[in-house]
Amino acid sequence: MTLDDMVRRHGSWISTGLGEGPAISSRIRLARNVEKYTFPGWASEEEKCTIWDRTVEIFESIKTPFIQLGMGEASDLDKEILFERHLISQDLARKDVGCGVFVSPDESLSVMVNEEDHIRIQSLQPGLNLMAAWKDADQIDDQLESNLTYAFSPKLGYLTSCPSNVGTGMRASVMLHLPGLVFMEEMDPVINGISKIGLAVRGMWGEGTEAAGNMFQISNQITMGRREDEIIAHLEQIVCELIDHENNARLRLMNDRAPTIEDLVARARGILSNARLMTSAEALNLLSTLRLGLDLGMVDQFSQREIDMLFIAIQPAHLQKVNNKTLEPDDRDIVRAEMLRNFMEDRTKNNDLD
Amino acid sequence: MNCECCHKKDATIHLTQVIDGNVKKLNLCQECALESGIDLNSPISITDVLLGLGAQPALNPSIGTEFDLSCSRCQMTRAEFKKRARLGCPECYNAFMGELNALTKAMHHSAQHVGKIPARQGNTARITAQIAALQKDIEVAIAKEQYEMAANLRDKIKALRTSVHASVKEGSHDA
Repeated sequence: MTLDDMVRRHGSWISTGLGEGPAISSRIRLARNVEKYTFPGWASEEEKCTIWDRTVEIFESIKTPFIQLGMGEASDLDKEILFERHLISQDLARKDVGCGVFVSPDESLSVMVNEEDHIRIQSLQPGLNLMAAWKDADQIDDQLESNLTYAFSPKLGYLTSCPSNVGTGMRASVMLHLPGLVFMEEMDPVINGISKIGLAVRGMWGEGTEAAGNMFQISNQITMGRREDEIIAHLEQIVCELIDHENNARLRLMNDRAPTIEDLVARARGILSNARLMTSAEALNLLSTLRLGLDLGMVDQFSQREIDMLFIAIQPAHLQKVNNKTLEPDDRDIVRAEMLRNFMEDRTKNNDLD
Repeated sequence: MNCECCHKKDATIHLTQVIDGNVKKLNLCQECALESGIDLNSPISITDVLLGLGAQPALNPSIGTEFDLSCSRCQMTRAEFKKRARLGCPECYNAFMGELNALTKAMHHSAQHVGKIPARQGNTARITAQIAALQKDIEVAIAKEQYEMAANLRDKIKALRTSVHASVKEGSHDA
């Protein structure tokens, strides 16, 4: 399988029914390093290449055919595609020879090599399902560990390049769609509160990204002194609370401002069906409104899966890969608007046939 | 849902408290919430107040000694570590131990790993983790006034400590 095949379908983490409501996906990330080797940010290219070559050997011995992509040979567009699909970080995309990624065919697992740490395992699941994501990550971790000696201290746990990850090296996160709390202007106090109980709130594409389309990632900050399952249980509990808050906000919205929301959803449909130019920021916001309309039963010709797929498909690199050419931002806005119009027209037609 | 205080008006303020995995909820109407002095602009930060977790203390950048430490394996200096906020290699954890202990305690409120242990690690790592987990259990038992259970846990820790010493001694004989 190649990246071209990948962009024509969606990753298995995109909702399959499980993700209904505000929870979109669950992610576990494990940071690991190899004993006696310098961390990637301080290592020579030669040292990084040794680690990369070693992981290539290990993945060749693993039966599942992972897609392998070295950052030295990958095109900028391919790197961007992987980033938009949440399979690599922006940090890795900027790297060169000796750094790379292994992606499982269904995209539920990816292993970044020589990003901030030698090894970063990522496991994605649809909906709120951190335990399943942890089991997959734990398993691939065991497979890697049977071939490598990890840097580990009985006291400090897994030793990582940044002390904020030391211990379990685990970051668990849940992507949530919270338009109700945003409309009710209750998101700021939520973000403040969450950051005070050892959790962090970030935008859709992780660290340093804006919360476009009312998407938020909630993750643990504390990685030491708690077991992996404890960290997961605590995060899940808070996420469930947040989902309750979101549902409550939606209920109040519908009680107090139903015509406003109906108008917003109808306008989102109108613009998506007719616009000739569309930036990705505008598209994300309109799709977010459409998703809310779907949850509230105001529209029914789309599935959540389709909307979640569009969140990725409207991104710059995906548009260019599908159209097979480099597009300047202005041209992308034309192509994006066209793609969304076609999607809306197609859904409306299908609905008329029913 | 009715307010749990006046039982008349609709509850619009929902408070949540999590202690040791137990969730406690309180649903209030705006008036009752105001009356009880709750800051409506930051509803969730109340959880934090209840948990008693203060803001993380800012680290004093001047901690450390006058000469500049460096890691003997990768040559990263302490100044470089501070600038990059990233360590150079696993050995740096030993080189900058003093500073890192303070840093990890401030970040994680703990300085002892209790999670997964690689299969390649010896028994000592596993027993150290068991002891750490039991120590946490003791704290919980004492907080719940279950002193008999706490005493049992303490005996278990003693036994584990003895077995670690024994295995270390054996190891030195072998060497």
